[in-house]
Amino acid sequence: MPTDSNAKPMLEVADLSCRRGDRTLFTALSFTLPAQTLLHVRGRNGSGKTTLLRALCGLLRPDAGSIRWRGEPITELADDFNREVLYFGHLNGIKADLTGQENLRVAATLDQDPVADTEITAALAHIGLAGFEDLPTRMLSQGQKKRVALARLILSKAPLWILDEPFTALDTDAVALLEALIADHVAAGGAVILTTHQEVQLTRGEIQRLTLEGAPTQ
Amino acid sequence: MRFAYPPQVPRRNLSRRLETNARARTSYCARLTPYFVPRTPYFFKMLKVFLCVLQRDLTLALRRRTDVLTTLFFFVIVVSLFPLGVGSERELLRMLGPGVVWVAALLASMLALERLFAADYDDGTLEQLLLAGQPLSLLVLAKIVAHWLLTGLPLVVIAPIMAMQYSLEPIAVWVMMLALALGTPVLSLLGAIGAALTLGLRGGGILLSLLILPLYIPVLVYGAGAVSVSVIEIADTQPYFALLGAFLLGGLVLAPPAAAAALRISME
Repeated sequence: MPTDSNAKPMLEVADLSCRRGDRTLFTALSFTLPAQTLLHVRGRNGSGKTTLLRALCGLLRPDAGSIRWRGEPITELADDFNREVLYFGHLNGIKADLTGQENLRVAATLDQDPVADTEITAALAHIGLAGFEDLPTRMLSQGQKKRVALARLILSKAPLWILDEPFTALDTDAVALLEALIADHVAAGGAVILTTHQEVQLTRGEIQRLTLEGAPTQ
Repeated sequence: MRFAYPPQVPRRNLSRRLETNARARTSYCARLTPYFVPRTPYFFKMLKVFLCVLQRDLTLALRRRTDVLTTLFFFVIVVSLFPLGVGSERELLRMLGPGVVWVAALLASMLALERLFAADYDDGTLEQLLLAGQPLSLLVLAKIVAHWLLTGLPLVVIAPIMAMQYSLEPIAVWVMMLALALGTPVLSLLGAIGAALTLGLRGGGILLSLLILPLYIPVLVYGAGAVSVSVIEIADTQPYFALLGAFLLGGLVLAPPAAAAALRISME
C-alpha cells in the first residue's frame, strides 16, 4: 500500500477559481499533491488562503475548476472524502462546556475511529495537557484550547491534513510539538496543506510552496 | 479505502487500541436496538454516531441548564397569564385552554430554535460535523431529537399542571398530552429547517419566526382541535391524531435532509 499511494497523486486541483462577493480571489489555480508532501500556502491577508482551504475540504463550492481525490472528484466522493480529511480551521471546533477528553471522544466517534480512553489521555499528555483532561475547556487558556484541538491530529488517521493558521496562539513549545507532528505525518506518507506566516521544516518528504497573489482590486 | 502508515515508520508513541472495548460498545448498541430494525454493521455504526451526537447535546444542555429552563418558564408564564387577563369564568377558560396551551408551546419551541445550530456554528463544531464524513441528515436528526427532548418533552410533562388553570376535564388533559407528544416533535423538525436557513444571518431570530410560524399552523389547528373535540365526543379525536401522526412521520423523513441541505448552504 505505501508504494502505490506514492505513485498516484492524492489531491489534484485543476483550474480552480473562487470569488467572494464581487471580488475574484484566484483563478485558474492548478496543482497536484502527492503523498509525503507539504503544501505551504502563502499570501497577504485577504488573498484567499482560507477560501482555498475551505474549497479544498469541500465546505465551499468553487466557482470553477475541479478538485480530485485519488482521481475522483470530491463532489462525488462527498462523505468518503470527508473521512480522509482532517480540517483545522480558525475556530477550534471544541465545545467549551465539554472536557478535553469528551471533546476528543466525540471527534473520534464522528471519524468512526474507535479510540480507547487511555489513547485520548495519552494524546492529551503528549500535547502537554496532562491533568487537564477532566476540566471543561472553558476553563483553559486560548493556547490550551488550541492544544486540545491539536490533539485531534494525534488521534486522527486521516491521510490529508488541512490546517489553517495552526501556529497562532501557541507558545514555542507547542509550535515545536506541532512542527514535529506535521513532519511525522508527512514522513509517514500523509499530505499536509497549511497556511502560516512562518517557515516549516520537514525531516522527510518535500515542501511545495504556493503563493496567492490576490487579484488586483478593480 | 483506508490509509495505512507504512510499516517501517513507527506509529507515534501511543498505547495500542483496545479491541475489546470497541466490541463492548457495539454490543451496547445492539442491546438498545429493538428486534424489528436491521442488525447490520453499517446500521450499528450509524446508530453509534447518532447516539454520540445525541449524548453530546444532552450533556451540553445539562451543563448549561438555563437554556432549557428559560423555555419551560416561558411556557408556564405565558399559559398562566391568560387566566389572569380574561378572568376566572369557567366556561370561557375551558374554551380558551387548548388554544392557549398550544400557542404557548409554539412560541416556547420557537424561542429555543435559534440556539439549535447557532452555538455549534460559533465555536466551529458545526464545521467539524459537516466534515465528519457521516450522513449529515443523521447528525441533524440527532440534534433535533436532543432539542425535542430538552424543549418539547418538558412541555408535554408539565401540560397537565397548566391545564388545571383552565379547568379542563381529565380526558381532555390526556388528549392534550398525547397531542403535544405528537405535535411538538413536528415543531422541532420544521423549526430545524428554518434555523439552518437563517444561520449566521443578522436578525436571524425575527426572520426565523416569520419563516417558521406559518408552517406551524397545521399543527396548531389539529393539535388544539383534538383537545376541543375531545370534550364533546372522544371518538372524534381519531382523525386529528391520525393527521398529527402523519405530520410527524412526514417531518421525520423530509425535515432532516432539508435542514442538512440548508446547513451546507449557510456554511458557504
